[in-house]
Amino acid sequence: MKKECENCQIIKNIKNYTKIDYTIGLVGNPNVGKSTLFNYLTGMNVRVGNWPGKTVSKIEGFFEFKTPNNKYVFKIIDLPGVYSIFSFTPEEEVTRNFLFLGSYDIALIVLDATNLEKNLILVFQTFEITSKVILTLNLIDEAKRKGIIIDIEKLESKLKVPIIPIIASTGYNTDLLIYRALEIIQGKITITPAKYNQPPELEQIIEELKQEILEYYPELQNHPALKWITLRILEGDKFIIEMIRKKAIKINSYQNTKTKLPDLLII
Amino acid sequence: MGKNFEDIIKKAEKYRIKYNNTFRDKIIEDMHQQISTTLADVIQYRETNDFLGKIEKYVDLFLTSRIGGILVLTIMLSIVLWITLSGAGYISSLLGSFFEYIESGLRKIFHFLKIPELITSFLIDVVYKSVAIVVAVMLPPMTIFFPLFTFLEDLGLLPRIALNMDKIFKSVGAHGNQSLTMMVGFGCNAAGVVSTRIIKSPKERLIAILTNNFMPCNGRWPLLIMISTIFLAPLISSSSNPLVGSLIASTALVLSVFVGLVFTLIISLGLSKFLKSLGSFYILEIPPFRKPNFLRILYTSVIDRTVFVLARAVYMAIPAGIFVWTINQLNLSQNITNTLDPFGKLFGLDGTIILSYIIALPANEIVIPALLMLYTGSKNFVEIEQLQSIYQILTVYGNWDWKTGICVMLFSILHNPCTTTILTIYKETQSLKWTIIATVLPLITAFSTLFIVYNLLLKHISFL
Repeated sequence: MKKECENCQIIKNIKNYTKIDYTIGLVGNPNVGKSTLFNYLTGMNVRVGNWPGKTVSKIEGFFEFKTPNNKYVFKIIDLPGVYSIFSFTPEEEVTRNFLFLGSYDIALIVLDATNLEKNLILVFQTFEITSKVILTLNLIDEAKRKGIIIDIEKLESKLKVPIIPIIASTGYNTDLLIYRALEIIQGKITITPAKYNQPPELEQIIEELKQEILEYYPELQNHPALKWITLRILEGDKFIIEMIRKKAIKINSYQNTKTKLPDLLII
Repeated sequence: MGKNFEDIIKKAEKYRIKYNNTFRDKIIEDMHQQISTTLADVIQYRETNDFLGKIEKYVDLFLTSRIGGILVLTIMLSIVLWITLSGAGYISSLLGSFFEYIESGLRKIFHFLKIPELITSFLIDVVYKSVAIVVAVMLPPMTIFFPLFTFLEDLGLLPRIALNMDKIFKSVGAHGNQSLTMMVGFGCNAAGVVSTRIIKSPKERLIAILTNNFMPCNGRWPLLIMISTIFLAPLISSSSNPLVGSLIASTALVLSVFVGLVFTLIISLGLSKFLKSLGSFYILEIPPFRKPNFLRILYTSVIDRTVFVLARAVYMAIPAGIFVWTINQLNLSQNITNTLDPFGKLFGLDGTIILSYIIALPANEIVIPALLMLYTGSKNFVEIEQLQSIYQILTVYGNWDWKTGICVMLFSILHNPCTTTILTIYKETQSLKWTIIATVLPLITAFSTLFIVYNLLLKHISFL
């Protein structure tokens, strides 16, 4: 698997760059090694605390990725660690708003291999909002030590999103991760993340409301988060209701990524 | 053009009411099910030869079991309190002689400078003494208690206890994380109230906010420690062995924490019946056992906790001292305490205790200095930095016995939050109604509990 990009290289601590090619949003539960990955990639030394009452913020860093034919400058944004994005807490709100409204080329979800189950809520919720995702399985060394064996290919086929196992602390396999992310960003791989189904009676209500929302705001037709938006309105989420009432969703951000597709010629 | 948006909103609301706001519950439930099916044939667990990992697993199994967890929690808390109590005495007496030394030096300087008697008395007996009492009474237990508590926190033991407590909290309709916010409350109730942000659902969060006050904050610990040392320890043990005494005192303290816990659970149960629910899901995470970082422990406990809390206490003690001194100078304190006396006596307290708690509204830390100043008339101060002299003041001037001690301890655990906490509650809930309830509810609980305990139980015991 690693041979795919033998001459790829991550260059940390870049100082001189004229433009940012792509932006990665780093999403994940608390304590899964998000910041470790962030620090490995950017060569920075950031420690993010997530105790209650702390000011919630996101941290940005940069790195360069060299392929045999080209090089790219990446901006990477470390979002606050959350278990879900139901948006009860400020952390969840920051992450949710970033995923829904922020401009990024791919959302990189970091999973903890030693405790997969609790990670998947966030995964499914992210899938509802965006299809620009890639998953990475961190702490695979720790999982091995604990006797946890994960069939990554099977999980990939169920979630329908590439999953790259890494060890963030040593940087093992991170070059493949970025390579695969690049492939997704450039449209070399098309992704339709597994959608999870709501309970049937709820599905029906959502479908009914969805059609009415589309009548009011037809531009949402191809929006990947349409179902999610409908569910938020059904739940009475004031923030989303206001956005839809004002028709303030940036429709073009999604089309933009599609227009970026020609970039893949470079590879 | 198209559909009217307000109609959509109304329709959504209609569905919400029809389903009684249970969408979230349904979604969460369903999501968990789908996650289990997704992972069903993906993960395998294999026996490992990893010795440490195995030990960790068994330790975890034990700590998160119902009996094991509570056992370890109780033992740990007892050990921590016991070390605190037996160690605090030594530091206290050291500090006592240090403050005496400074005081006599100050008096000499004032005398040399020919400063009028009234000003000397004001500056030394009020300002200096207030600070000295607060520091001498509060610093010793804090310097021992906080590093130990931070150590347990750092070790990874506390989150396991939270997981354990979850079963209990769930049964009264509260959130498992409430046990963590309660532990923060041990440090400071205002901080505990802020920390309820980790509880995501509004209802459970409100319960946690309203009951946080039942955890004695460190402004109240010194009082609890002091009373259990000088009134309860000699009560049961006649031996002069200080170790036995502190063991008994720490048992009393653990018991008082349990009293707080029991009331938290009862009130939580009552509140959860009254409040409407919005479903929530949560994950209680168990971090790996870690090697505690001793430098960081010292830093967090000394800088973050001890210094911060002590500074606040000193800062609040000076104006309170001035207030008490003024009413003493005007000979008003007798009148006020006499008026309050019959009310206090109903609950096994007295007028001076009630007045002290009113003065101590801004900060629980100043109950002790206020009590001592009111009893002694703040003029003829004895060496009150020593526990023995505090005992004398309370028994001679205040006519206290062990029953008063128990009543004051109970009152201290159950009474209303300090003004800082009340303000924090207002900030967090943004509701005057809940702020008032958060203030009045504990007060009613305190007085009714004391009334029952004192009149039905304590009054009739007379073996000493």
